[in-house]
Amino acid sequence: MNPVMTSKSFAMSDTAKSASAPVPATPPESSIPAPAPAAAKSEVAFDIQDLSVFYGSHQAIKNVNLKIPAMSVTAIIGPSGCGKSTALRALNRMHELSPGARHTGKILMKGEDLYGPGIDPTVVRRRVGMIFQKSNPFPTLTIAENVLVGLRLNGVRDKAFLSRRLEESLKMAALWDEVKDHLNRPGTGLSGGQQQRLCIARALAVRPEILLMDEPCSALDPIATAKVEELIHALKSEYTVVIVTHNMQQAARVSENTAFFYMGSLIEFGPTEQIFMNPKNPQTEAYVSGRFG
Amino acid sequence: MLTRYDKYRKLKSGFMSALAVFCAILVVLPLILVFFYLLKMGVSSLSWDFITQLPKPAGEEGGGMANAIVGTLELMGLALVMGVPIGLLGGIYLAEYGGGKTNAWIRFGADVLNGVPSIVWGMVGYILAVVPMGGFSAFSGGLALAFIMVPLVLRTTEEVLVLVPSGYREAASALGIPRWKITYHIVLRTAFKGIVTGVLLALGRVAGETAPILFTALGSNVWNNSIKEPIAALPIQIYYYALSSFPDQNNQAWAGALVLIILVFLLSATVRFLTSRRSKI
Repeated sequence: MNPVMTSKSFAMSDTAKSASAPVPATPPESSIPAPAPAAAKSEVAFDIQDLSVFYGSHQAIKNVNLKIPAMSVTAIIGPSGCGKSTALRALNRMHELSPGARHTGKILMKGEDLYGPGIDPTVVRRRVGMIFQKSNPFPTLTIAENVLVGLRLNGVRDKAFLSRRLEESLKMAALWDEVKDHLNRPGTGLSGGQQQRLCIARALAVRPEILLMDEPCSALDPIATAKVEELIHALKSEYTVVIVTHNMQQAARVSENTAFFYMGSLIEFGPTEQIFMNPKNPQTEAYVSGRFG
Repeated sequence: MLTRYDKYRKLKSGFMSALAVFCAILVVLPLILVFFYLLKMGVSSLSWDFITQLPKPAGEEGGGMANAIVGTLELMGLALVMGVPIGLLGGIYLAEYGGGKTNAWIRFGADVLNGVPSIVWGMVGYILAVVPMGGFSAFSGGLALAFIMVPLVLRTTEEVLVLVPSGYREAASALGIPRWKITYHIVLRTAFKGIVTGVLLALGRVAGETAPILFTALGSNVWNNSIKEPIAALPIQIYYYALSSFPDQNNQAWAGALVLIILVFLLSATVRFLTSRRSKI
């Protein structure tokens, strides 16, 4: 066991204990500090075990088992209300912000239980970033402040570091060239597509290990959508991306693997090509061929 | 081509628009009437002396309300310092942290407090501050006004915070920002103008209150040196002078009212100008 834990570990003091807990099917890297993004293709980013999520008495997710591979794009598709957004939100504990939310089961991120005792959801969210359906740059902040807000409010003060991170993040989000001359203008002055890429830059600025996207293009026009999709393509060399989408063509274009949810259950999971061309489950077949949903 | 139905619809639409404009004018009309009437009655007594001199003994011509102008500002400052933090933090609790049942009770309480007649707050201030301190004072005046401000500020703060879209809170949460920082740096900043407006409305309201300070600050004809001593205020001065049998003092009451309304207007305009500039994180 590695006694030196980096700050990237969820439980700052509790890690040694949780890592030694008898968790089967946990690879030895559970006690290794979060690895550099250059991980092997076959690695699992999220190991979801028997997950159920409830809002009050309503069960939104039913006993889902799913292994989301690292360094690739996984799409979650399904009709409205099938629980795909809830499944995504469970991956960085965002669903806990809704009143009356609770869950059973486990989600292991690189071997560590996201919901383990002593694990602060704030730290989970620092490692697992999220992009929302509606772009939401903070209206009181400039473009630059929007990108850096996650770092600044987590105590980063080093000016040189911040300005480097600002440029890197905006470049990663393919927005740098468009905004580099007016970084001090309000973020809300940008176009819809630019705002969404600003939000992506903002999420990337804290250097999460995984990026969750909840229908990131549903409010964008086709050109802006194409830009964001290109961006997702570029990101997967360094990031694990999980994207919820209503748009099946989009799932087919951007993802390596696809999970089909229906009525809160995971119906089928597999390589995107197989899900769309040769689905094993008749419900999946009906949905991807457009017969319902 | 207009059918008869279209004509009828246009007529209805025109009528309703006219009604809305008329009602909007009705809302602003009293302000205009009051202001111009005060201007007409008060401007003759308004002079440099009026805003720089102490009151003269009854029957003597001249003198001013300098101490009452400063006193009103001082009382507003005291009320601000005592009342706004409580109202603000209470509003933040209601909007960001509190649970359903507790919130409903606090909200109900605040609404009841908003309906309490201001003279009752004068009595509360009298019992809580004047009696224990052994005399009328600026402090007890400020306290009575703060009591009026708390529920006002609390409710407006809550209302503007609730209007901040939850998407901003979610986005900030997803960046791993701790909750209190989200509340302070994101939510409060976004709602800043609304909160300031709420505080201003509350201040404007208490600036003109007479009954609560009559029982607590008492009023005075000299400068105030300590918050433990009685203090003059425009509403009290206006009240005494309006009842006076000397025409010169009656005229000064008009001028005092004019100064009070201009004071509230200036305060409002200044703060609005300052908050119209963007705030930095």
